[in-house]
Amino acid sequence: MDNPVKIAVVIPAFNEQQSIASVVAAVNSISTSQVTIIPVVVNDCSKDNTKKIIEGINCVPLSLPINLGIGGAVQTGIKYAFDNGFDYAIQIDGDGQHPPERIPDLMRELRKNNWDVVIGSRFINNEGFQSTFMRRTGIRYFQFLLKLITGERVTDPTSGMRMMNRRAMELLYEYYPDEYPEPEALIIYNRNGLKFGEVPVHMVERQGGVSSIQGFGTIYYMFKVTIAIIFTYLRK
Amino acid sequence: MGRIQFISIAVSLLFLGYVLGQIKKGRLREEYAFIWIVSTFALILFSFWRNGFEVLAQAFGVIAPPNLIFTAAIFAILVYLLHLSLSASKMHAQNKTLAQEIALLKEKLDKLNAK
Repeated sequence: MDNPVKIAVVIPAFNEQQSIASVVAAVNSISTSQVTIIPVVVNDCSKDNTKKIIEGINCVPLSLPINLGIGGAVQTGIKYAFDNGFDYAIQIDGDGQHPPERIPDLMRELRKNNWDVVIGSRFINNEGFQSTFMRRTGIRYFQFLLKLITGERVTDPTSGMRMMNRRAMELLYEYYPDEYPEPEALIIYNRNGLKFGEVPVHMVERQGGVSSIQGFGTIYYMFKVTIAIIFTYLRK
Repeated sequence: MGRIQFISIAVSLLFLGYVLGQIKKGRLREEYAFIWIVSTFALILFSFWRNGFEVLAQAFGVIAPPNLIFTAAIFAILVYLLHLSLSASKMHAQNKTLAQEIALLKEKLDKLNAK
């Protein structure tokens, strides 16, 4: 009999003291005898009680000594998963937007289709929290840009719910963007010959915390990601 | 020797002395020290050689010599700023790797201590 499949659920947490414990509990509740699912919480130098909370609950607590941003935090979790022999790593948000109970489905789809990466998409069935109009416009722009550059259609390029196999982990071990990494990572997969696909996921509105993309940040976000996408494409 | 010439020579020499002192104390890395020594020597050279800029300006076809100074100085500053941006980016990446290693090692250590 095979050993159980090991999945690391990487949860980046920056000031998520309100929601982190319930997200970790939800992840722990779906572990079975065939699939071991372990939450790996990366505390990105939070100023609240996140560090204390994650050290007292059933998870792998990783605490960064300085704030690295979402990309640096996720990469830390990916490094942990790769170094500790996990078969898959999945990134989910610490604010409760992503439904952990869909993790086994994502793994099945990834294996069935022979993908290296699977993305949970809000926009295949247009179910659940659909974000605001402005955000959807931004998302449509990234869809267009990715289609233009890679020829691939991704319905939810900014989705943070992604599962990857060891091949993808090894790639992101070397380089993962610091800020707003999601659309750029798709180009990295594409340029390195990794196969990825999407699975519909029903997301909810964030339970606590504040989005990192607001006001003037939006303009910077669009600009930064556009530059990053173009240059990542040109790199190799 | 005019008063301004005396002042500029004195200031340039003081500046050179300060830069050399910082290198001696190990506060300034040699790669950065190089550019400061070269620019200080240029300052000293033109403090002594007062017609230097006129000669150079004529050679480059610049009518007003001060324009040559501004153009050359601004260009040199831009190049140096780019160099600093590059080293800041490199340090940022190194810093990130170190922070991640620390987090991973701390977790390993805590697990060992708990046993």
